[in-house]
Amino acid sequence: MALLELHDVTKDFGAIRALSDVSFSVGPGEIVGLMGDNGAGKSTLVKIMSGIYQPTAGTLRFGGEATQIQSPASARKLGIETVYQDLALADNLTASANIFLGRELKFNIGPFRFLRHRAMNARAVELFAELKSETRADDYVRQMSGGQRQAVAIARTRLSDAKLILMDEPTAAISVRQVAEVLNLIHRLKDAGISVILISHRMPDVFAVCERVIVMRRGRKVADKRIADTSPEEVTALITGALETA
Amino acid sequence: MMTDTTQASPPQGFSNVRRTRFWQRGFLASQSAYVLAALIVLIVFMSFASPNFLTAGNVGNIVRNFSFIAIATLGITLVIITGGIDLSVGSTIALTATVTSLTMAGLSQAAFHPFPGFALIVSIAAGLAVAALIGFGNGVAIAKLKLSPFVTTLGTLSIVRGLTYVATYGRGTSPTGPDKDLFLAITSGHVAGIPIGFIYLILIAVIMWIVLNHTAWGRHVYAIGGNEAAGRLTGVPVDRVKIQVYVLCALGAGINGIIISGWLGSAPANLATGYELTIIAAAVIGGANLAGGIGGAAGAIIGCVLIEVIRNGLVLARVDPYWQQTLVGCIIVAAVLVDRFRSLRNG
Repeated sequence: MALLELHDVTKDFGAIRALSDVSFSVGPGEIVGLMGDNGAGKSTLVKIMSGIYQPTAGTLRFGGEATQIQSPASARKLGIETVYQDLALADNLTASANIFLGRELKFNIGPFRFLRHRAMNARAVELFAELKSETRADDYVRQMSGGQRQAVAIARTRLSDAKLILMDEPTAAISVRQVAEVLNLIHRLKDAGISVILISHRMPDVFAVCERVIVMRRGRKVADKRIADTSPEEVTALITGALETA
Repeated sequence: MMTDTTQASPPQGFSNVRRTRFWQRGFLASQSAYVLAALIVLIVFMSFASPNFLTAGNVGNIVRNFSFIAIATLGITLVIITGGIDLSVGSTIALTATVTSLTMAGLSQAAFHPFPGFALIVSIAAGLAVAALIGFGNGVAIAKLKLSPFVTTLGTLSIVRGLTYVATYGRGTSPTGPDKDLFLAITSGHVAGIPIGFIYLILIAVIMWIVLNHTAWGRHVYAIGGNEAAGRLTGVPVDRVKIQVYVLCALGAGINGIIISGWLGSAPANLATGYELTIIAAAVIGGANLAGGIGGAAGAIIGCVLIEVIRNGLVLARVDPYWQQTLVGCIIVAAVLVDRFRSLRNG
């Protein structure tokens, strides 16, 4: 059974139709690449799945049940976590503070609730170890490399029991070595049985980690193929429009 | 998965990232620490330069004087940490003082005095309620209507000052009535020789330090200043926290207003005109970053003390008092310059 299904999803912004009748599904533990040129509708699609936008028309099913994702909080409640393109990190806080931002661990003294610094740090250290990332829980994000920031953003999604992680251009702004690190992280998520939708411009990344690739062009889905059945050349042709569908 | 961990996967090694040293992180690495060092040097210098500087009377003066703006500085530091600004604190000081003394005078005129302290409690509550309302207005306009903090509070500055003049016809008011002595005792009295305003300040600062460093709310204040969009996406109640911060800032100003009016024994309508600039200067000298995300309770107090010590020192040194402002301005620039050089060096 599919984990997340989109059926005929359409999104209009005034006179602009950003998405028209997009349907696809993602299975449990599946890593799906979502590709397309600028303005193809990838980000709109991600924002619909993460609860920032509401579709103009169409339905979403999560775990087989029809659902509406009203807000980022309700997406998170369902088990959908998002790693945003700009990573959504506060530079002036530590890695562990960022991971727990909005869901801090607390203890009570009378009516007052205080932060459990040590417990949060310990959990953050565990998460980085799980992701095999060289990131210190108590370092400030300001001092971190692109790869480490990515690790913080990904570690945040591991805090709850996420079933699906949406990653928006996780390898766009980082060095070659760090790209390898991030792709490794994605493999670890798959090992843990988590589905990933990887939005990317970078063909090699998609072909390295994904099992399936969905190609968008001008708000429409033009292809949905297993990686084994396609080639970078074909996907490039689909993205640019040299090939209409496949 | 389990076997994976037993294999010789490289242990958590930080091959090329050196741990930052203790003096490069935390309080010691903050602008507040540099300014504190400068303050200590200045105090030592002044104590040699002027035999009157460290006398009990003069220290008492300094403590009382910086307490007058320090609670408002704590409040505005919260606002600045979120990346906002509040220009209306000076006016809020005046209106709170005015409302408090008007209420006291009104109750005494009406001869409504069921028990001792009643007029005091009601009038202080009325003053602080007005302050909270001003802060709430600022907060809603900034958080919900997305107006710029600078313009919004510039408007509030004028509105609130105008209301103060309207309420008093431009004349001063003064706290009167049966609770007057009590009012003076709790605003300008001394406890064990310590000015009571200073005791309030320390209490509030300690609470603020705990809240900023050890509660989720405090962390959200910093997160909003660091990256507001990130806060929203991760479920921080950004709007609510912002409104609360402006309310607290106005309350801080209000408390200072009541304390000042107690010490003066009256609430002139032009009370605290221009104080907002001194208060913002104190916060910024103490390390609050106007870009948001950085600041704290200790820094706010350090900034206030530094400004007051300089003012006091110039008077003792018989320097033309008109130099004061110039010097405070230089210190603002020097403080942020030092911080700039430090962050250039440490990345």
